[in-house]
Formats: sequence, structure tokens, C-alpha cells
Amino acid sequence: MELLKGKVWKFGDDISTDLIIPGKYKFKTIDFNELAKHAMEGADPDFSTKVNKGDLIVGGDNFGCGSSREQAPVVIKHSGISAVIAKSFARIFYRNSFNVGLPVVECPELFDNVETGDTLELYLAEGKVIARGRTFTFKPIPPFLMAILQDGGLVEHYRKRGGFIWEKPTR
Amino acid sequence: MGMTLAEKIISRKIGRVPVPGEIVVMPIDAAMAHDGTAPLMIKSFEAMGAKKVWDNKKAAFVIDHISPSSNEGTSALHKMMRDFAKAHSFQLYDIGEGICHQILPEKGYVFPGGVVVGADSHTCTHGAFAAFSTGIGSTDMAAVFASGKLWFKVPETIRIKIEGTMPINVMSKDAILYSIGEIGADGATYKAVEFCGEAVRKMSMDSRMTMTNMAIEMGGKTGLIASDAITREYLEGRINVPFIELSGDGDADFADTLEIDAGDLEPQLSCPHQVDNVKPVAELEGLPVDQVFIGSCTNGRLEDLRIAVKVLRGKKVKARTIVMPASREIYLGAIKEGLIEELVKAGCAVGVPGCGPCVGGHHGVPSQGENVISTTNRNFKGRMGNAEANVYLASPLTAAYAALKGKVEVPLEA
Ligand code: SF4
Repeated sequence: MELLKGKVWKFGDDISTDLIIPGKYKFKTIDFNELAKHAMEGADPDFSTKVNKGDLIVGGDNFGCGSSREQAPVVIKHSGISAVIAKSFARIFYRNSFNVGLPVVECPELFDNVETGDTLELYLAEGKVIARGRTFTFKPIPPFLMAILQDGGLVEHYRKRGGFIWEKPTR
Repeated sequence: MGMTLAEKIISRKIGRVPVPGEIVVMPIDAAMAHDGTAPLMIKSFEAMGAKKVWDNKKAAFVIDHISPSSNEGTSALHKMMRDFAKAHSFQLYDIGEGICHQILPEKGYVFPGGVVVGADSHTCTHGAFAAFSTGIGSTDMAAVFASGKLWFKVPETIRIKIEGTMPINVMSKDAILYSIGEIGADGATYKAVEFCGEAVRKMSMDSRMTMTNMAIEMGGKTGLIASDAITREYLEGRINVPFIELSGDGDADFADTLEIDAGDLEPQLSCPHQVDNVKPVAELEGLPVDQVFIGSCTNGRLEDLRIAVKVLRGKKVKARTIVMPASREIYLGAIKEGLIEELVKAGCAVGVPGCGPCVGGHHGVPSQGENVISTTNRNFKGRMGNAEANVYLASPLTAAYAALKGKVEVPLEA
């Protein structure tokens, strides 16, 4: 996967799925472009109008906590965000992100060394991120999750392989 | 060395001793999605090009979140679910049947040693029956519906040991709120939480489900309780696999142990807007209360309704109060016991079994600046549909007292 480079939007700890996409929207539609208009609305009401394609989100601890709603990583991805780098993620959000093809990286050291508006360079496969001239490393993403990402998410993954990488691929 | 309860269940599935941190693939015994997650699951399932639901006896849909529907958009999603379930001939539990996490055990999908996945974060509830149960997203669920299997990272386990006897004004909700306050909202991330000790063994199934339901509020992957005679009694006549007793070994390798003396516990409130912002009720006495909600997959069971009636019988509520039984079975039980009549007479608004105001999707939304005492499991900003409302989480006993007095008060015996 190529280099991801973009502007940073920084959020704090415990950014819940309710803040990422309030529950009331998810019951009414599954149109992702419509939902993306409300991305991060609970934390920053104007986010969807300010964000540019390729930007990155930096979060604190427990990013994506709360409900299992997959709409959370979906709206982040559809708002144009190319990756989320946080101190830590809630477990279901973490899984969901790979499944929808949104790269997420745990890199606790980065948080205090970057601010909104900075430019970040993220090298996923190499396991490093560069901010303000400093390089931070993170534990590489497990190979089978990387494969799902590279396929563009779990749906594409299944279409391409006719099965899941954790089973015996049939095709 | 022994195994934790999570390791035991996994070992039975994979045929060897699992190592925390490794990735394992397990066959799924029950898979559920509801109206908040099923539509996206269907979209993923169809986009994958999957043709067949792997096992129509193990798959289930539940319409509980916006139930009955309040608008056209939701109605269209509900219809999509009904059509899909019909096309693949598996069970859909429609409006009025109740909340997914109550329905699965009631209808026999959950048994000790089983692996249960739900497209809902509170799927961890089923660990009360010594099942390995966890929440997943819609596309993961599509993968399960297509293949009947899923990958899991074997979790480490945090043990919460509650010994002794709880005071008469303390419920299992207070024990779990206290634990979350101690461990923190992300203290158990990626881990299983195993509840044990004398106080847990003495709890009813209703009380145990309240505990495991909230494991996710400390980040837990699942909450687990050993299966015993109490579990057997609940499951008898519901499941069609042999019942087994399963428990974690005392000498297993636990990541951490929180020891609680049940006798020291007191009624707790989780304060806005974080579940782990927990304080004793005594510290907030006198706080005016505008709305009370008794219900949800955390505390909408018969035991909870009985407690509310004990407090409210023959009296009138001062705060507006919404009560929703967690399922049709509970609703019927409550009617039979005369509980519904008492609640209605006391001035409560009793609603259709379902999630109701818990998720703020369609009704029971509080106004700006209002204080709500709720028996649910989350008080994140905006959770009940209004980011300017203050949601406090409490036991049904504390909630019923708040309803009666119109303010927060330390409850006496139920
Ligand atoms: S009652 Fe609340 S927490 Fe439980 S499943 Fe429904 S919305 Fe989720």
C-alpha cells in the first residue's frame, strides 16, 4: 500500500461511535454519502465541510468505543479520511475498519507530537509515521488484516478470493 | 496451570489449548443482527456475491431498535430485513417481540460452551450463560452468514471476584457500575471479563445478565460467568443441546484480578457523559430528576420490574417515567403478576418491548438540560437523542426511587 500523506484532524480520548455518527441517522438510511455528511458531527459539527480527501485523523485512547455500528468507520472513510492513527482503539471499531477498507493504526507516541493542521506521512507496510520531521514506529498490522485492506475491505476480499483468508481460500 | 472460562470454551471448539493473542477460527453457534446493523449486513452479504445463509437455524434477525418504526426510511430498512429473512428462510423476530439480547437466550440460541456473535456491542450479555459471545460489525456478520465461521483473537482475561453478600439496597447493576468505575472505560479492551465469587454465584440469571451486558463498557470483548444449577434452570426446555457446567479455573493465568467485598458495595450512579464516571448515589442526593427510564437489555427483566413495583405500588411517580419490558415473554410474565397494572396506576408510561429510549432513535428523547435516571448501559453525550441532556445510569431500585421522589435519593430496601 502506497504512502498516505495528508493534513491532520486531531481528536481526544474516548471518541465514541455516537460522536462519529449519531445513532439517529443510522436507522434511516444506508446511503453512505448521505451518512458521511454527518461524519464526526458529535465531536466537530462542521467536520464534513472542512475535511479534504486524503486527510488523516489522530485520536487518543479508546477511539471508536461504544456501539458496533460499522457506519462509524464507513462515514470516516467516505468523508475522505485516508487513515486513523490513535493511541488505542475499541475492539469492534478496529475490526470494522479493516472490513470496510479504512486503515487504522495504534501509535501512542504520535498523539502528543502532532496538532490539527500538521501534515503526516504514514507508511503502513513499513510500520512508521512521520510528523514534524520525527519518525514514530508502530507494530505492523497482522498480514491477514493487511490482505483484507489491500483487497479494499472484506466484501472485495471475498469477491476476489471466493472465500475468506482465515478459511482455506477456494479460488 | 488451569484455563480461564474463555480459554475453556475456545479450547473445546479448536481442540487444543489456546494461547492469548493468537488468532483462531471458530464455528458459530448463533448469529444475530438487528435493525441498526442488519441492513448494512445484507448490503455486504449481497455485495460479496454470497448466495446462501450458512445455517437457517443459527441465524436470526431482530427488529428492536426503532420498533415499531417511526418513519419511512426506517420502515424501508425493516422491510429489507423481512424480505431477506424470508428469502433465506431464517427467523426474524418482529416488532414487539423484544430486545435481541433477551430474545436469544429465551428462544434457545444460547448455551454453555457455545459461540455467539451479534452485530451489536452488547452481545457480550450471553456470557452470563458461559457462552463465548461478542459483538461484531455488519460486514463481519455478512462473513458469518456466508461461511458460519469467524476469526477471533484469543483474549486475556480480567477476573472480577465478588465475595460476600450485597446489602439489601444494592443490585448487580451497582456491582457492575462500581467495577467499571474501578477498571475504566477501556481498562479491559481486547480482554474477556470473568465474574466469579460467592455474590455472583448467588445471583439470579436476570442479575447475571446485567453484569455481563456491561462488560463492553470497560472495553471487554465478552463478559463471562460459570454455568451452574441456576443457569440450568433457566435454560431447561429452551435449548436442544445437552447442558454442561463450565467454569474458569482458579489457577488460570489472569491478566488482572479485581477483588470486591460485596458487603462494602453501595448504590451507584454513572454520571454524564462517560459510563466510568461512577459515584455513590449518596454523593448526588437531591439532584432533581425529570425523566426515568426502566428497561433495556441491561435492566428490563422481570426481576427489575418487580423491584420497581415494590417501590411504586400504590404510589404516584413525581418524575415522568417510561417502563419497557425487555421482551414479550417478560411482558406477559409482568401482566400475569399484576406488575404492569401497578406501574400504569403509579403513572408510568409502559411501552412496547424493545430498546425504546435507550438509543434515542425514536421516542422518549429528553429535553435540553434535563436530568435522566436510566437503567440502561450507556450515557454518552447524545445517547438518548439529545446531546444537551444529562443521563445518569442506575439500578432499577435507584431509578424507581428517583421516579417516586422526583430527585435522586439513596434507596432503602426494595
Ligand atoms: S436496549 Fe439499548 S443497549 Fe440494549 S440492544 Fe437496545 S439499544 Fe442496545
